[in-house]
Amino acid sequence: MDFSTSITFNGLIQQFLIGLSRTTILFIVSSGLSLVLGVLRIPNVAHGSLYMLGAFLCYTIASFLGASSLGFWLAILLAPLVVALVSLAVERGLFCHLYDREHLMLLLFTFALMLIFGDIVKAVWGSEYRSLSPPEVFQGSLSILGMPFPKYNLFLLCVGPLVALALWFLTQKTKIGKIARAAAVDRDMVAAVGINVSWVFASVFVIGCYLAGLGGALVAPTQNISQGMDHTIIMEAFLIVIIGGLGNVWGALLGALIFGLTASMGILVWPQFSIVFPYAAVVIVLVFRPKGLLKATW
Amino acid sequence: MVKILSTRYGKSSGFKLLLAFSVIILILALCPQFLPRFFVYLLALILISGLQATSLNVALGYGGMYQFHHAVFFGIGAYTVSIMLMKTNLPPALSFLAGPMVAAMLGFIMGLICVRLSKLYFGMLQLSLGSLVWIVVFRWYSFTGGDDGLHGVPVPALISSVNGSYYFALITSIVSLFMMYVILNSPFGRILQAIRDNPERSEGVGVRVKLHQLVTQVIAAFFAGVAGVLFVTVEGSAFPDLLSWTLSLEFIIMCLLGGWFTFLGPMLGAAIIVSLRTLVGVYTEYWTFALAVILMLLIFFLPEGVLGYFQRFSQVPDHSPAEDK
Repeated sequence: MDFSTSITFNGLIQQFLIGLSRTTILFIVSSGLSLVLGVLRIPNVAHGSLYMLGAFLCYTIASFLGASSLGFWLAILLAPLVVALVSLAVERGLFCHLYDREHLMLLLFTFALMLIFGDIVKAVWGSEYRSLSPPEVFQGSLSILGMPFPKYNLFLLCVGPLVALALWFLTQKTKIGKIARAAAVDRDMVAAVGINVSWVFASVFVIGCYLAGLGGALVAPTQNISQGMDHTIIMEAFLIVIIGGLGNVWGALLGALIFGLTASMGILVWPQFSIVFPYAAVVIVLVFRPKGLLKATW
Repeated sequence: MVKILSTRYGKSSGFKLLLAFSVIILILALCPQFLPRFFVYLLALILISGLQATSLNVALGYGGMYQFHHAVFFGIGAYTVSIMLMKTNLPPALSFLAGPMVAAMLGFIMGLICVRLSKLYFGMLQLSLGSLVWIVVFRWYSFTGGDDGLHGVPVPALISSVNGSYYFALITSIVSLFMMYVILNSPFGRILQAIRDNPERSEGVGVRVKLHQLVTQVIAAFFAGVAGVLFVTVEGSAFPDLLSWTLSLEFIIMCLLGGWFTFLGPMLGAAIIVSLRTLVGVYTEYWTFALAVILMLLIFFLPEGVLGYFQRFSQVPDHSPAEDK
């Protein structure tokens, strides 16, 4: 129980930035989950598996296209698209028959998908660790206030706000976003005015899963790509969505900030239990606001 | 028991059912005499998973509460008895009692926070509280052994052999199942089912819904703790995976597969899943793939589970929710 007493200002800033770049990934993944949960009302447990699939695909595409940085960027671009295609097939093939079932059934159904994706990844990529190096531009680290900071994480810090902005534009300004928000509130009414709700749902599902794949592809250069990635991220993403408010994309941002920053700051306070801090933060939030910090869509 | 069965199924079939159960119990009691050790071990695992799934079903099928993280109570029961046996000199019997008690206490604390909400929110809240417990157990190396878990738990010699642990599991699960059956058929159990079918109306006629749900949570957690203790006597170890969320979902699948509106359904589901896991595991490492396919087929074609499916065609009155929701 040795509380480290040497917390310096620079160390604090460094951990803060590292926490923020982790937040970016968490936000991208959990906003997708939140979107699916809010509009389709599916607690999609397989979301984490799509994230893992995104990471593995990014690795494979990047190594197939060679070590050039162009290969890496193409991989970042293509991997989420492949994930989105997979999710489209799953939605049209299986989910669209199940929308009127209970949440419990939907949750278990997505759990079955999670098991299947896990086994597919095990069969295709095997169980050893993979790692991917970032393109040359983002290799190495910068020095911020005398502390080293990986360049790739700076790139992540720029991507996060872009994704948030794109999501805001998509849900608030485009027609499909407006329809999707309406369908989240009352799907029968939306169907009654002549909109094909089934396809609206399909596109929201695909966008959500695209975000999972994007998160996976972006995280690939920062950590080992391995099986079991899906279990950790889905737990974290669910907790983030819960504390943010089900279906609220800004809630996902807030939740990801809480989760990411408590984890990285916790390292300074009590390294051995740093991972416990975000979970404790979640519980504290839920004790006071059991339905999440921001307004849930349902 | 006879009285409950007779009032439910008529006098003669009540006795018949009791006779059938006695025969099954007798067969189970004689199993170690003629089955190889491995199958005795497997039967013990089935009994434990079945007990755990039945305790989950008290909340899930009868109470209509989305008990998403029931494995936490199982794991805490297992850890409590392991830690007490390994690190204290208290009499073993006390440790065995402490497992379920600590699980029930945890159930009470988590219940206090969770029952404020219902359905999916209840489940999500329980999930987050449960994962906090899981991560603490996972990280607290000095106390719980961290991700290695605790191995070589000094279980008393009488119940640590294969046959000994089997008989201990058999007797304990029969007693526990009997207790749960009585609870569920008491006025309390009836009120619980009324709450499941229509919480608003129950509230309207003066039932204290939240209190009943809290008590249900404690009961379910207690029996899950019993199952956790039994697991330690059979395996001699406890590890963080016992508290994992995927294990919780596996227990839910057992309930669903057997029939979550029937009393013995979860036991049947546990038997099917544990034996399939062993059987499929012999041929391939992709056991989870088989589980996933079963689950998908189940959701599409048999949402009431195996026992529920058969009960629909017999004349037996069942526990299914009322139709007019």
